[in-house]
Amino acid sequence: MGKLFAVIVVVIAAVSTTIFILHTWWPPPDISVHGVGIDHELAETMIATGVLFVAAQLALALFVWQGSDARAGRTIKRFPGGATPLVAFAVVLVGIEILSLTFVGSKVWANIYIAPPDSGALHIDVQAEQFAYYFRHPGADARFGGLHPELIDDGSGNFFGLDPANDTTARDDIVSSSLVIPVNHPILLTLHAKDVGHSFYVPDLRLQQDFVPGLVIPLHFTATRTGKYEIVCTQLCGLGHHTMRAFLEVMTPDQYDQWLKTQAAQQ
Amino acid sequence: MPDTTATASELRHVAPQSFLRRYVFSLDHKVIGKQYLGLALVAVCTGMVLSWLMRWHLGWPTAAVPGLGAVSPTGAPGGVITPEYYLSLMTMHGTIMVFFVLTTAPFAGFGNFLLPIQVGAEDMAFPRFNMMSFWVTFLAFAVLVSAFFVHDGPPIAGWTAYAPLSAVGKDAGPGQAMGQTLWAVSIALFCVGQLLGALNFIATTLDLRTRGMSLARLPYATWAWFITSVIGLIAFSVLLPACILLILDRVAGTSFFVPAGLVISDRLQPHAGGSPLLWQHLFWFFGHPEVYIAILPGFGIVSHILPAVARKPLLGPRVFIACLVAIGFLSYMVWGHHMFLSGMNPFSATLFSVPTLIITIPATVATLLWIGTLYGSKLRFNTAALFCLGFISVFVSGGLSGFFLAQPSVDVYLHGTYFVVGHFHFVMGVAAMFGIFAATYFWFPKMFGRMMNETLGKWHFILTFIGVYCVFMPMHYLGLAGNVRRYSAFADDYMKGSIPLHQFITVAALFTGAVQLLFLYNLVRSRFRGPLAPANPWEATSLEWSTPSPPPHDNFGGHPPTVHHGPNEYGVAGRSGDYIMQASPEPDPGA
Repeated sequence: MGKLFAVIVVVIAAVSTTIFILHTWWPPPDISVHGVGIDHELAETMIATGVLFVAAQLALALFVWQGSDARAGRTIKRFPGGATPLVAFAVVLVGIEILSLTFVGSKVWANIYIAPPDSGALHIDVQAEQFAYYFRHPGADARFGGLHPELIDDGSGNFFGLDPANDTTARDDIVSSSLVIPVNHPILLTLHAKDVGHSFYVPDLRLQQDFVPGLVIPLHFTATRTGKYEIVCTQLCGLGHHTMRAFLEVMTPDQYDQWLKTQAAQQ
Repeated sequence: MPDTTATASELRHVAPQSFLRRYVFSLDHKVIGKQYLGLALVAVCTGMVLSWLMRWHLGWPTAAVPGLGAVSPTGAPGGVITPEYYLSLMTMHGTIMVFFVLTTAPFAGFGNFLLPIQVGAEDMAFPRFNMMSFWVTFLAFAVLVSAFFVHDGPPIAGWTAYAPLSAVGKDAGPGQAMGQTLWAVSIALFCVGQLLGALNFIATTLDLRTRGMSLARLPYATWAWFITSVIGLIAFSVLLPACILLILDRVAGTSFFVPAGLVISDRLQPHAGGSPLLWQHLFWFFGHPEVYIAILPGFGIVSHILPAVARKPLLGPRVFIACLVAIGFLSYMVWGHHMFLSGMNPFSATLFSVPTLIITIPATVATLLWIGTLYGSKLRFNTAALFCLGFISVFVSGGLSGFFLAQPSVDVYLHGTYFVVGHFHFVMGVAAMFGIFAATYFWFPKMFGRMMNETLGKWHFILTFIGVYCVFMPMHYLGLAGNVRRYSAFADDYMKGSIPLHQFITVAALFTGAVQLLFLYNLVRSRFRGPLAPANPWEATSLEWSTPSPPPHDNFGGHPPTVHHGPNEYGVAGRSGDYIMQASPEPDPGA
C-alpha cells in the first residue's frame, strides 16, 4: 500500500509539472509595457515553487516507500540532526525567496499602482454597471462633464448621468461601449461604479482592478500591440456577471484619430 | 498547574436517562461532538451535491440535469440551470462548506469529542454553553438552508457577500431579497455558536487538565484545537458585528456599507455615507483567520496520528507548537491580501504581502517536520495513515500555489481566476477534508466502539486522492490561462478553449463525489456491524486510549487519570511494546 501511494505521488508530481513546463495552459502574449515585469515575477515564482513542489513530493514518496519496508527487526531511524537543520533550511531558503520576490515584485507593483501616470496620458473615464462597461472620452474641449447619478438613464443612453442641457463641458463627451485607445500611448482610466462592485480585467494587458461604488479609482497603462482584446468582470456583480464583457481595441494613432472623429460626428 | 480535582468532582454528573436529555439536548461533550459531526455530514453531502450541479453546468451548460427541473422549477426550468441559480448554488456551496463543514467537523466536532478526554477532564468547562453552541449552530444551518425555499430564491452574492450587492436588497437581483437576509442572520447565529464553543475550548484546556497534564504534555491535536479556538474567539467576534451591520443596512435603512449615488435597477438608492471596503475589511479580518480555523485542526490531527502510524516520535514537537502559535499570530496580519485589487491604498499591498509570505515559513517548517518524521519510520498503512500522507501531499500543492497569490504583482494577473479556486480548495478544502477523514478512520473506534472496514477505507483513499488532483490541479492551469471564476457559463466564444478542461474537471468531480459513497457505506455499516474495538487499537499514547471504547459518561469511570509522560513516546527501545501511554506510571525510558 505504501509503495502504491509513493508511485501515485510521483506520477502526480511528474504529470502536473510536465503540463506546467509545456506551457499547455499559459497566459496569452503580453501587450503592455508593465506586463514584462509581471511575467518575469510569475516565471520566477513558477521555478521556485516548482522546485519545492517536486522536492517535497519526491521526499514524501521516498520516505513512505522506505517506511513501507516490513522486514522484521528493522528499527526506526532518527532524522539526521533533528529539527534544527530543517528549521534553518526553511527559514533561510524560504526567507531568501521571500526577500527576492518582494524586492523585485514590489517594484513591479509600484510601477503599475503607485507611480503617477504619464503627464501626457490620454484620460478616459469608465463607468461599470450591471452588466456593461461604458467609456468616455472628453471630446474637443479636453474636459469631462460633471456626473449626476440622478440623471443616469440607460434607456436614453445617459449611462454616466451627464447634464448636457446645463453643462457645456458634457456636450462633446464621447461615450462608447468599447475601450478604444491608440497603441504605445500612455492611458489613464478613472473607474466609477454605478451600482455594485465590478472589476476591470484584461489578461493580455496583465491588468486587473476593482470598481468600488463611491470611489473613483485611477489606473494607467500603455498597450504595445494593436488588436482586439477582451475586458471581463471578475467581481461578482449579479445574475448577469458572466455576460459582463467589453472589448479593448488598440489601434494605430491614425486609426484612433479616425475613430474619434467618427464618434464625435455621431454624438 | 491548576488544582483540578475540586472542579472535576463538581462537574461529575450522573448520566441522564431520558431520550431528550441523552441524545438531543445533551450536556455531554461526546454527544455534542457527535451532533456536530452529524451536522457536518449532512452539510457536506448538501455542499457536495451543489458542487456537482455547478460542475455539470460548467461542463455542459445547456444539458438538463435529470430531475432538477422538478426540484427547482424556477431555478432550473426543465433541468437547465439558470445563471442566477448557478450563483445561488455557488454561494450556498461556499457558505455551507466553509462554515458548516470545515469549521464544524475538524474543530467543533472532533474537538468537542476529544479535547476534554485528551486533557483528562470529565466534560467541557461550561457544558450548558456547549449545548447552546451546537443548537445555535444547528439553527444557523436551518436558517441558511431555508433560503432555498423563500420566494425570490437563495442569495447570489457568494460566500464573501460583498457589499453593496449584499446590502441593498432585491434591487440588486433575484436572491438578494429575503435569501440574502437569511444568509446574514445564519452567519450571525453561527458566530454566536462558535464563540460559545471557543470559550469552552479555551477554558477547558487551561483549567480542566488532569494531574500531571502540563501544557508541554498536551497532545498535538489538543494544542491545535486550543490555538484554533483563540483564533476563532477573535475572528468570530468581528464577523458577528459585521453581519449585524449588514442586516441593519438591509432591513433598517442604515448605510454602513453603501455609499451615496448608487443607481441600481434604475432606482437611485436611498443610502449615503457607507463604504463597501469596510465590509471587505471586516469580512476578511475574519475570513483569513477562518482559513486557519479550518486547517489548523488538520495540522493537529496529522501531528497526532502520524507518530502513532509511523511508530516514531514527532520530529521537533516544540518547534511544531511554535509553528502553530506563529501561524495563529500571523493570521491576523494578512487579511489585506484578499484586497490587493480592491481599491484600497496600493501602498498597503506590500504591508499585507510580506506577512503573507512570512506565514509560509512556519507552514513549511511544519510540513518538513512531518516529512522528517516519516524518514526512517516503520509505517503502518492503515486508512488514517494514508489520509495523513495525502494531507501532506495536497497541503504542499495548495500551499505552494499560495506563493503566487501572496505577491501583489502576480495577483494582478491571477486574482479572480480559477487559480485562486484551485489554490484554496487544495489548501483548505481538500487538506482539511483529508484531516477530517484521517480523524474519522482513527477515532471512529473510540467514538462508536467498533472498527471501520480498512479495505473499503483504502479504496476510498486511493480513489479520492487521485480524484482530487484531477479536479483541482487543472484549475491552476485554467487560472494561468486567464479563465475567470464565478462565471455560470462562457458566453459567445469567450474561453472556448477551456471548455474541454472544464468537462474533464466535471467528470473527475462527479467520480470523486461518487467515491465518497464508499465512505458513507463504511461509516453506516461499521457503526452497526463493525468488529468491536479494543480500548487502544492503534497502540497510541494519549489519554483517550486509556479509557474504554466508547468512553463511559464521565470519560474515566470516576477515576481521572494522572499523566506521567508527554504524548510523543513512540519508538521506545528495549521493551515489549514500542510506546508508553501518557497515563502509564512507569518511569521515562531515558530516566
